[in-house]
Amino acid sequence: MVLIRTENITKVYSLGKTVVEALRGITLTIEQGEYVAIMGPSGSGKSTLMHLLGCLDTPTSGKYYFEGKDISTLNDLELAALRNQKVGFVFQTFNLLPRLTALENVELPLVYVGVNKRLRQKRAQAMLERVGLADRLSHRPNELSGGEMQRVAIARALVNTPSVLLADEPTGNLDSKTGAEIMKIFDTLANEGNTIILVTHDQNIARYAKRVIHIVDGKIIDK
Amino acid sequence: MKFRETLLLSFETFRSHRLRSFLTILGIVIGVMTVITILSLIQGLNASVESQIQSLGSNTIFVQKFSWGMGSRFDIDELRKRKELTLEDAEAIAKLPAVAKVAPQKDYEVSTLTYRGNKVTRVEVIGSTPDLQYTANYSVEAGRFFNQEDHRRKNRVCVIGGYIVDNLFPYEDPIGKQLNIQGHKVLIIGILARKGSFFGQTQDNVIIMPLTTFEKIFPKPTGFAAVFRSLTIQVMPKSGKKVDEAIDQIREVLRRRRGLGYDKPDDFGINTQETLRQIYKNITNIAFIVVIAVATISLVVGGIGIMNIMLVSVTERTREIGLRKAIGASSRDILNQFLYEAVSLSVIGGGIGIALGIGIAKIISLISPLKAAAPFWTIILGFGFSAGVGIFFGIYPANRASKLNPIEALRYE
Repeated sequence: MVLIRTENITKVYSLGKTVVEALRGITLTIEQGEYVAIMGPSGSGKSTLMHLLGCLDTPTSGKYYFEGKDISTLNDLELAALRNQKVGFVFQTFNLLPRLTALENVELPLVYVGVNKRLRQKRAQAMLERVGLADRLSHRPNELSGGEMQRVAIARALVNTPSVLLADEPTGNLDSKTGAEIMKIFDTLANEGNTIILVTHDQNIARYAKRVIHIVDGKIIDK
Repeated sequence: MKFRETLLLSFETFRSHRLRSFLTILGIVIGVMTVITILSLIQGLNASVESQIQSLGSNTIFVQKFSWGMGSRFDIDELRKRKELTLEDAEAIAKLPAVAKVAPQKDYEVSTLTYRGNKVTRVEVIGSTPDLQYTANYSVEAGRFFNQEDHRRKNRVCVIGGYIVDNLFPYEDPIGKQLNIQGHKVLIIGILARKGSFFGQTQDNVIIMPLTTFEKIFPKPTGFAAVFRSLTIQVMPKSGKKVDEAIDQIREVLRRRRGLGYDKPDDFGINTQETLRQIYKNITNIAFIVVIAVATISLVVGGIGIMNIMLVSVTERTREIGLRKAIGASSRDILNQFLYEAVSLSVIGGGIGIALGIGIAKIISLISPLKAAAPFWTIILGFGFSAGVGIFFGIYPANRASKLNPIEALRYE
């Protein structure tokens, strides 16, 4: 089943007087359960593409269908709900809220669905146990190592059982050993049937994915 | 996101920035505290003044040479030329159909009064007729009030207030004792029921005697002092009759007796409790305007403080906003989050201000005779206004937060 389909999408920014064409017509299809890496050098537009795929942004032109739905027809509330329930983000800089514990950080997406506190804690705890942090529930981000923080972020991305996991340079701030551990988690998740889109500039990381889409200057190139 | 969650979230940030939050709400605290305190004082004052006014005798009309509270609109020459009221005027008023009781009355302040080594100062001596009991709400606790017979025969008798009993006769029964007033011996025949004190000033430091006796003891003064010794005619309207009706009749009879032309204004004053209330109301109205001004200024200053700190908070938490949007917060959720925070800041400030205001009012009522107490509506008002300030000054920063582009917000360093 097709999860994501884009038709010739472009994204144009204007930074002051200069116009930046970040994406120049991307057409791609990602099936459910696929493990895809979007690879390209910095400035290639891969992050922009990820933001569009994650519905954080809308394309300048072209069509984007998520689970068959044209996202340009959705309003702010519907987009928020879609990001909340269908998309899980993992960032290079983890983006955990510093004042919250690991458990509370993972609970966060459930808060916006309106799940009650007890159920939220139960699901968040189960998710943290899955990424191997059963003993770190009440630690705050500054008490966790980089690898642990990224695992919390992965647990947070998964807690609403999204249709797709979007990871933007998930190992970028980690040493290679910890990075490898994180990639192992993605492998496991992929094997369990989760759809994963990995955005990276690193050949070694992209290698984990089953399919690699190369982007240069806002266009997909065949290699 | 649910209401409760958002509310808890706003308290969370309050906890994490205690000092900053406290300083932010200080303006609101001071504003609300001032308002509650002043309103409590006014409320206490209202109660005191009202009881004082009522102690004059409900419905009692005071016919005097001058009107109360004439403000600055008087003509000194006209006032000086005014004729004195007379006992004959009082008799004429007593015959009016709407009038029940009439008591002509004069008073004089005696500087000191002694009895066997005990002393009272500044005693108010009143000369009147027995009907003063009704017009001025006096009742006798022991002994008797003087009667028509005492009045007619100019008997040297008097009734005394509780304050004089306390100070001159601490260990004995004053009834039957003789007081020496300005060299005249006067027999005490009764003790008045206490009226209590007002602003720490007792209303029971009083001696009442027949007007005829009074005029023997205190000869008619001359010159400027005469102005303060003019006759007051206290009038009690018949029950069921309107005070206004009695006033109209009194006005008519006095104008006729004084031969005033129809185009001339009254050259006497008809005063009632209502006159006093009106004067008092004019004063408190000014106080209210001052309170409103103070409140407005401090709430606006407090509100600007909140707006400022909320703008700082939005900037500081740009990444948090970006992340929250990425994991599913709608613009509305973000708007609510920051708006609730601003409102909870200002409402907590308002709450502290209310508590402090009530506390100050409590202290005032404990250490002074003023029964200062915050009326319930001021508490509601305090919370209402502080919440209003939170919404008004919080909406702009909250809106700014909700409009942040999540991608840029996530990149924000």
